[in-house]
Amino acid sequence: MNAPALSGADLVVDGMRCAGCMAKVEAGLGALPGVRAARVNFTARRVHIDHDASVDEEALIAALKAIGFEAHAFAAAEPVARESRGLAKALAVAGFASMNVMLLSVSVWTGADGATRNLFHWLSALIALPAIAYAGRPFFRSAWRALRHRRTNMDVPISIGVLLTAAMSLYETATGGPHAYFDGAVMLLTFLLAGRLLDTVMRERAQDSVAALLRRLPEDVRVLEADGAVRALRLAEVRPDMRLLVAAGDRVPVDGLVEQGSSSIDRSLVTGESVPESVEAGGSVLAGTLNLSGPLVIRATAAVEDTVIADIARLMESAGQGKSRYVRIADRASRLYAPAVHTLAALSFAGWLIAGAGLHQALLIAVAVLIITCPCALGLAVPVAQVVASGSLMRRGLLVRDGAALEKLARIDTVLLDKTGTVTEGRLEPIAGLPEDEVERRVLLALASASRHPIAQAIADRLKAEGVVAAPVRYAGEIAGIGVEATLGRRTARLGRGDWVGAPVAAKDGATDRGVATSFRFGAGPAHRIALADRPRQDVGAAVERLRAQGLQLQFVSGDGWPVVERMARQFGLFARARMSPADKFAAVEALEKAGHRVLMVGDGLNDGPALKRASVGMAPSAASDVGRQAADIVFFGDRLMPVPIAIAGARRTMRVVQQNFAMAIGYNVLAVPLAIAGLVTPLVAALAMSGSSILVVANALRLKNAAR
Amino acid sequence: MNILGMLIPVALALGLAGLGAFFWAASSGQFEDLDGAAMRILIDEKEEPGE
Repeated sequence: MNAPALSGADLVVDGMRCAGCMAKVEAGLGALPGVRAARVNFTARRVHIDHDASVDEEALIAALKAIGFEAHAFAAAEPVARESRGLAKALAVAGFASMNVMLLSVSVWTGADGATRNLFHWLSALIALPAIAYAGRPFFRSAWRALRHRRTNMDVPISIGVLLTAAMSLYETATGGPHAYFDGAVMLLTFLLAGRLLDTVMRERAQDSVAALLRRLPEDVRVLEADGAVRALRLAEVRPDMRLLVAAGDRVPVDGLVEQGSSSIDRSLVTGESVPESVEAGGSVLAGTLNLSGPLVIRATAAVEDTVIADIARLMESAGQGKSRYVRIADRASRLYAPAVHTLAALSFAGWLIAGAGLHQALLIAVAVLIITCPCALGLAVPVAQVVASGSLMRRGLLVRDGAALEKLARIDTVLLDKTGTVTEGRLEPIAGLPEDEVERRVLLALASASRHPIAQAIADRLKAEGVVAAPVRYAGEIAGIGVEATLGRRTARLGRGDWVGAPVAAKDGATDRGVATSFRFGAGPAHRIALADRPRQDVGAAVERLRAQGLQLQFVSGDGWPVVERMARQFGLFARARMSPADKFAAVEALEKAGHRVLMVGDGLNDGPALKRASVGMAPSAASDVGRQAADIVFFGDRLMPVPIAIAGARRTMRVVQQNFAMAIGYNVLAVPLAIAGLVTPLVAALAMSGSSILVVANALRLKNAAR
Repeated sequence: MNILGMLIPVALALGLAGLGAFFWAASSGQFEDLDGAAMRILIDEKEEPGE
């Protein structure tokens, strides 16, 4: 048997809340022909599908939509997963070793001596040394890298401390000394690895938004030669003045002018405008926009690297570079920390030598200082708080893609909101004028289902949701830019432009001040003017109010025209700017950032990509374009805007706890270091101090379990 | 004293067995979806998957 090629897909699924949803998603996908297996990962709100090559992602997404779940393609972040798996293994080894060594140490502390103590010390060495060699590698490697570049980082004192302690303890064991610090060394590694592992989980996922951006363009284009022949060319080979064929349903490959044909164009990818635009001969089209209804012949006006979409790609790149490098709070702490610790240990070593102690005793005390100052609590202070807080945010439908985003979000003072798809739901909804009559509704559904036009699809979706069944009509076809026609019996039904349908009032169609409208008429019946609008998310008012209460400046930035934007700006009392190109949005963010503001950009479209990347923090709804989601630090799920203020409140709570944790870790050092310098720290004291401070920090961070409110 | 000669190797062996089990679990994806695993017990599976 020749099995068809197998491939896999990962989708982010919106709206999974319970076991029932999981079962529904898995069963729904599993029932598709060509799907081998579907498995939901509930923690990550994702589903992994093994399928034959014949099934494509679009079909899977459509199938999920049919059972009531919004889904989006997702690019996996493999390297991070591999790194955290390696850390988890190191942590397991360190944990195993520290438990067993501690078991032996307790016997020593409770009074074992002589041959028994020596035996136990040797056993501890036997367990601890291989464990340190294995579990310490992440620190040794990073410290070595830093030293080779003549820098120092948090891992340098850690590595020196652990290695020196192990060597010193081995010497003590060999000479039958009373104190071995094997337990301290492995316990240190355990706590530090726990912090490091949590930190990795929170770290930034790989971002390849620019590549995703350009994948939106077709790879091959069909060129119309002067003699009328059609030739296939690679996209990169297209030059200005070539004549290209663009079929209905295809994306326009390069910017150009329409020579023949008329159609409507969905420009939402580039401009964020939700309402499709009609084009006729002489009109211009942009690369990356979607040709909805009729075939077009366009004359290229730019090569692929000069198109608007390529400009956005370049803007995104420069946004990534121009963003002032944010130094994470933990890194700032470690910059001060490493030199201080080294100096302290060296000073106590020298001090005790001068005071007349032997080399051996002075070294033991220096080691004790290094152990006691090792940043266990400090290493846990930030990541534990961030992990607990983002877990809480996740339960409220907020996916934090980068732990540093929480730190930056806590210091935001200005919020820029995109309109389409962010403040609004980003899809058209019929708001008035649907026919009441049952027959008319069935005919309308049949007509609307026949077109790919977003207006028709919005009407079809609504009618289907209301349980209407399509009438068995005979289609007469779709006229691009005008409408669709069909017959039922001898009566003709039309859906489209008012004058064509025969509406009594020569109502203006297309964009109006309240959105868009279309007309429908069945036979000699009355003409219905159906109005559609992209409605605001239902809790925009409350969310805006809460953002204001948080002391934030709010602004609308929209690519849409003034009438639509102004109405919404008035409704929510916000300062607004309309007709902004991607470069305008980017410039607006940059100007604010340069003036010392810290900006949160909330947007969804490709056109928001550069601004999302340039802002201190970018946030996108889960229904955003690929590019929008890739560029954002935080993604929010669901139909509401409330997650935005919730995220800010959660981030502020997190930073408060982080600061408390730092205070505790430093307070612990202030208490413990003098003891160590005075030579009073035995292995027992070191173990108690280390675990005590770490537990305190973790317990404090756990208070963030309900941080997302 | 002799009992230590027994107990310590036994304790270590048990610990190592646990460590080995963790390594196996981590590499076979047992920790990929902790919340989902808790939910899955609530799903009634009428048919065996793969039928």
